Amino acid sequence: MSPIAFLRKPTFWLIVLATLAFAFVPLWHDNVELREELLIAAIYIILAANLNLMIGYAGYINFGNIVFFGLGGYVCVWLVSSHGWPLVAAALAGAAGVSFVALLFGLGILRLRGAYFALSTIGVNEGVKAFVANFTPWGGSTGIYLSIEAFQPLGGPKQALWVIYLLLVAVMGLSLLLSYAIKTSKFGLGLLAIGQNEDAAAVLGVPTPRYKALVYSASAFLPAAAGALFFFKSAFIQPDDAFDLVFSTEAIVAVMLGGQGTVIGPALGAFLYEELRSTLLTSQTFSNFQMVIAGVLLLVIVLFVPGGLMGWIHRRWPRAKRVLE
Amino acid sequence: MSPLLEVRDLGRRFGGLHAVDALNLTVGEGEILGLIGPNGAGKSTVFNLINGVFAPDAGRVIFRGADITGEAPYRVARHGVARTHQIVQPLTNMSVLENCVVGACFGREDLPLARAEEVAREVAGFVGLTERLGDPAGQLTIAGKKRLELARALSARPLLLLLDEVLAGLNPAEVERMIDVIRSIRERGVAILMIEHLMQAIMSLSDRIVVLSSGRKLAEGLPAQVANDPAVIEAYLGNPEHAARLRGAA
Repeated sequence: MSPIAFLRKPTFWLIVLATLAFAFVPLWHDNVELREELLIAAIYIILAANLNLMIGYAGYINFGNIVFFGLGGYVCVWLVSSHGWPLVAAALAGAAGVSFVALLFGLGILRLRGAYFALSTIGVNEGVKAFVANFTPWGGSTGIYLSIEAFQPLGGPKQALWVIYLLLVAVMGLSLLLSYAIKTSKFGLGLLAIGQNEDAAAVLGVPTPRYKALVYSASAFLPAAAGALFFFKSAFIQPDDAFDLVFSTEAIVAVMLGGQGTVIGPALGAFLYEELRSTLLTSQTFSNFQMVIAGVLLLVIVLFVPGGLMGWIHRRWPRAKRVLE
Repeated sequence: MSPLLEVRDLGRRFGGLHAVDALNLTVGEGEILGLIGPNGAGKSTVFNLINGVFAPDAGRVIFRGADITGEAPYRVARHGVARTHQIVQPLTNMSVLENCVVGACFGREDLPLARAEEVAREVAGFVGLTERLGDPAGQLTIAGKKRLELARALSARPLLLLLDEVLAGLNPAEVERMIDVIRSIRERGVAILMIEHLMQAIMSLSDRIVVLSSGRKLAEGLPAQVANDPAVIEAYLGNPEHAARLRGAA
């Protein structure tokens, strides 16, 4: 689709509006609590939207998707702490570096299909985690700490938190736009064909190895940027936090809940899941209960509503497809 | 003039089985070549070797003078070779139109999305799927899915079309319509290599016929020559005397 055609699409404006709402609602009220809550939601949305490129479009389940987030965080925090890079440059370098490594990995592991690919992605995450835990320049298992001076270039800690938040919201908006741009492109059509029947797609001329590696790499870029911002904000990164498979699993739940393969669905699923999670986390009876709920939720979705919320809406009101893609 | 497709000494083994053995065949521009043979003769394997689903152990595949032996299926498609599958392979949850757009987008002309959609609509109309354009491909009847296989392959604007039993499983009326479609494809200048078990149809459609048996070429020639070749009759029906008796009985 040409850039002008996007301007006539409700889905495009929905993405723009949601992004602006994320940015300005907490800013106007100077509401730090709301900001922190939305920051976590934005991260879930980024993870889910990019994971959806793999699961929903190409039909490949990436259990280890969090590896991009963690590696992006490591590269950024390391560049800032050891080389004095400014945040944005370090985050971009992290995203680009991780995306490039994903391209190389993708050319290898995407020869596998189905369950074998899914297993290999866990292997990638665990392998990278073990490597980082033993990699001295990155602090091994104790990780890397940032000193408070790292926030000075952004105008001190208080203002830095707002800057980081707004950058994350921008990454979120870009994630959704990327999903939409790919979905409406020839590349996206090829991916959908791969997701439906890879052998048939190849016979029809879809360059399957290249497309799979490209989408794997593309799905790494923005999560890596998000990881960079998140761990810079924490001023601390260690392997157990960076490569936590729980996050990976939650991202899968979000994608399935909202509707894999749609543009809006994964974001919606991620937002709802995060609301549920934070309720469960703060409730005294249910501390850490969210993973039980997530597991049950995933089962129910896969069994009864494989299309997720958006799939259900599209079936119920077919005309909604035009507005909410 | 050199042929459009030339297969030289093509061979492929699966374990100890020679699925295809030292096969030579050519398809000329605009020609329909029929490929027949008993079940298990290796016909579909020949298609898989030509379009790169399998790499051959021996021999060469030459298309328009270029050696395409062992190239991946998506590269072969770009050269202008499209195929249908004996067991239909629809992109189930995508619409009929989207299935055809995939064919057009990634086919010989590597069309951009908008142009591909025009081609897809035109081809779907030509094959008789216009009313079903918006339906999910998985919801088509078997005849519809066969048409879709054909439409998708044609959307690629191929120079050579490999048809693997497009008539199988269709009722007589559907067979008639499909035969008309195949004829008009040839009129558009597309060469066709087709596998078919429906003898009457393939005999009337083909310019020439190649008979395969146990992976080897048993006979080659005009339809009438091949139909009366004792070796061919034996491959299909066993001993010619038995065959004669069977025919006498019928």
